[in-house]
Amino acid sequence: MAQVLDRKDKLPGGRLRLVEWAILVGFLGLVFGLWQLQILQAARYAALAQQNRIRTEPIPAPRGRIYDRQGRLLVDNYPSFTAYLLRDQGGNWRADLPAIARGLFLAPEAVQAEIQHYRSAPVYQPIPIKQDITAADEAFIAAHRDQFPELETIMASRRLYPKNGFAANLIGYVGEPDEKQIASGQLRPGAIVGKSGLEAYYNQQLTGVDGERRVLVDARGRVMGTLSDRPPQPGQDLHLTLDEAVQMAAETALGNRPGAVVALDPRTGGVLAMVSRPTFDPNLFAQGLSAQQWSAWVNDPDRPLLNKAIQAQLAPGSVFKLVTAVAGLQQNVAENKTVDCKGVFYYGAHAFHCWVWSRPEPPHEHGVLDIQQAITQSCDVYFYTLGSELGISLIDKYALAMGLGQRTGIDLPQEAKGLVPTPAWKEARFHQPWYKGETVSVAIGQGATTVTPVQLARLIAGIASGGHFPRPHLAQGAPDTGGFDLPLTAATVDTITAGMRGVVNPGGTAASAHLQGVDFGGKTGTAQTISDVGLRTLAGRARRAYVDNAWFVGVSPVRNPEIAVCVLFQRGAEGSFAARIAAQVVQAFYRSQAAGSTAE
Amino acid sequence: MRLRDLDWWLLGVVLLITVMGVAEIHSATLGTRFAAVWVKQVYFAVAGLVLLVVASQIDYKLILEASPWLYGVSVAGLAAVLVLGKAVFHSRRWIPVAGSHLQVSEFVKLVIIVVVARYCGEARLSLTWSDVGRVVALVGLPAGLVLLEPDLGTALTYVPIAAMGLVLGGMRWRQLGLLALGGLLMMPLAWHEMHPYQRERLVGFMEPQTDPLGRGYQVLQSKIAVGAGGMWGQGMAQGSQTRGEFLPVPHTDFIFAAFAEEYGFAGGLLLLGLYLLLLMRLIHNAQLAPDRSAGMVVMGVVAVLAFHVLINVGMVVGLMPVTGIPLPLMSSGGSSLLFTFAALGLVMNIRRARFVN
Repeated sequence: MAQVLDRKDKLPGGRLRLVEWAILVGFLGLVFGLWQLQILQAARYAALAQQNRIRTEPIPAPRGRIYDRQGRLLVDNYPSFTAYLLRDQGGNWRADLPAIARGLFLAPEAVQAEIQHYRSAPVYQPIPIKQDITAADEAFIAAHRDQFPELETIMASRRLYPKNGFAANLIGYVGEPDEKQIASGQLRPGAIVGKSGLEAYYNQQLTGVDGERRVLVDARGRVMGTLSDRPPQPGQDLHLTLDEAVQMAAETALGNRPGAVVALDPRTGGVLAMVSRPTFDPNLFAQGLSAQQWSAWVNDPDRPLLNKAIQAQLAPGSVFKLVTAVAGLQQNVAENKTVDCKGVFYYGAHAFHCWVWSRPEPPHEHGVLDIQQAITQSCDVYFYTLGSELGISLIDKYALAMGLGQRTGIDLPQEAKGLVPTPAWKEARFHQPWYKGETVSVAIGQGATTVTPVQLARLIAGIASGGHFPRPHLAQGAPDTGGFDLPLTAATVDTITAGMRGVVNPGGTAASAHLQGVDFGGKTGTAQTISDVGLRTLAGRARRAYVDNAWFVGVSPVRNPEIAVCVLFQRGAEGSFAARIAAQVVQAFYRSQAAGSTAE
Repeated sequence: MRLRDLDWWLLGVVLLITVMGVAEIHSATLGTRFAAVWVKQVYFAVAGLVLLVVASQIDYKLILEASPWLYGVSVAGLAAVLVLGKAVFHSRRWIPVAGSHLQVSEFVKLVIIVVVARYCGEARLSLTWSDVGRVVALVGLPAGLVLLEPDLGTALTYVPIAAMGLVLGGMRWRQLGLLALGGLLMMPLAWHEMHPYQRERLVGFMEPQTDPLGRGYQVLQSKIAVGAGGMWGQGMAQGSQTRGEFLPVPHTDFIFAAFAEEYGFAGGLLLLGLYLLLLMRLIHNAQLAPDRSAGMVVMGVVAVLAFHVLINVGMVVGLMPVTGIPLPLMSSGGSSLLFTFAALGLVMNIRRARFVN
């Protein structure tokens, strides 16, 4: 090259080399940086990139529907949108909370509390902040998608229960899993789980498998595409033995009276109707129950959230005479036994009165009765006599053999056992020996004995069917695991059913419950809830709280029945009131049978 | 000057990088509100090419001689932007020219290169402390004005020009060491004077994981984009970080991250190689320069471009803090592109002069 430059006019070569080297070293540093990110840690950053843009949205599976025995829909689902907070969507969601709360008409403290509830959940777990949002809420969320990328709506399917608490105590309700279930990893927060009744008992069957949608999102949370879509598997439907028409009749007949009704098919044990009063509206749970409503229900002395048909444990009163009668007849003590009722029975120095003794108008005695008449007229003196002859161990034996004092095994959670008092029980409980005088009380259903309505319904069903005691159940096809047989002689069944037929005919204790043209019979019961001595110390309101409970158990037809009904009317004073309720249920049963097939 | 006098090697590399830049801007802004920016970039590139040819026709000696005047106008311009900018244009960086906003400080860079080259290029064996002081003051005044805008990134790009001039101008190592020490001691003071957003950027750079959605967000998203590119990249317009707008400003300051996500380590290496080729070619030209000041001008351009590439790519891969320094020839933005082409035009002129005595 034609270079004619002076040496001093050239740039210092050494320092130029130095600059070259410096640049080279700088570039090597950059290459090192690239190599680190793109080669060494490529997998890690690729995963982070995926985490950035892929969001997993749960698609909640609808719960199984619940149908009655004729396929009539009882419990349905409806689509509903829930507003969720996504904590992994960038943006400062904490700072946005007050504005979000305002936009969705929520109290900021309530939103904070809900978020606090999820503090241990992983960040990618969406937090539901408002259930069942309105169109206005949806519009707010859509309009602020850029401003609040952390706010999202997800469709859920929600429970729709019958109105006015129809069958509420047996269907139960659903809610969010409790903290223990979440902590154990069994259930995710926001999942729906059965809390009581059939919803709880058949939760596994009713619960489907949630689906999952994986979507691509951009930095502002806008969905750019769907990667995969795993559709939810709906839960299995539940078909009940319940007959909606009979249920409706039972609900109407019991009205607002505190108590319970159980109707079942004695041939299978399938429950036709089950009512508990007072009741509650399970739809309120689905919509998010207020703390106020919850505490009102929990603190109500009549316990609306309980299913009294399986959970009320009360003295059976005269209904228990059926047990004493079966024991006497099976032991061949009662068949030809007559007792002359003078209105009072003396055991030692203690006088036990018959109910006729204290009624306002005479006669105050039954006179001479055989066992069939004693059942029809519910003569206490007859059963005092029979009971003290049999002794407590024989009465207990038959009571236990016919399913009292133990769970029936009905497919509902938290069934109560009731109590059959035995000398061993008394010894263990009170460290006292059994007094024979107590046997006299037990024989007519007073004393320590307690039963549940469903136990009594099965009891009468079993006796009238000749000793077949199936397991009561609500779901069609429920395994027959709790049933048993106690073979009764034809004479026993004949005598008792004849006596029960008399109960709803002139001269019986529930003649007013007579059904024209229907073979119907049963047994009344009036159970004291406090001793006579105790009652005398009370007055006015307090006294009314201890009005006797009224019972009625009935069957139709009386031999080989197709329906057995147990009615508990708390503070109903007299068994005949309960009997009229049972009669309406039986009528509805025949009407329903005429209207359609009730084959299970 | 005939066309064959141009440095076709240099021009080839420059145009290749520019085309890659336009393609990347297009790919990174698809479907966003910046989708039309690449067209603008093409216009600026064409304008830049014209500017390059024009600049290559102007005798660099005239420019060197006029440099005191140019310097005076520049300082006055920066002061005007500072005073008027806020009131008139609601920004102290830009002045509107022909419907576009041009950044005055970018062109002042060119003037500083020339001024420093002239001062340091005068044949001397070594610099006295007062020489050093004059150079520092010469660069410090406009840098201070830019810093007040406030534009730390651009102000910082003036520093390597001064450093290059001092190193090549014959500054002794001891002087350089003391100056560097003084600079280090100034750092706490600088921290104190920094704007909160600048401090946050520094902290975010130091520990990007501490607050991934706040200060460190940009750095982290940039690193994710680069890392997700892997060896061969995800393909043009296929980068999820860029497409999903997780990567901030993927067509300007973080264009290298978008590029690295789409073309991987291989692409990144190629691009860095092109920049290295460009710089080495410039140094080669500096050696051929007819006199020391001319060589110093070329090395000033080298200093600015190398600084930009090192700081910008260093920021993208997480080795440098976020400073808002664009990647020359790649980043979308007219001022930066026009400056680069104008500077290269100057280099072309100096190269042509090697045959002239």
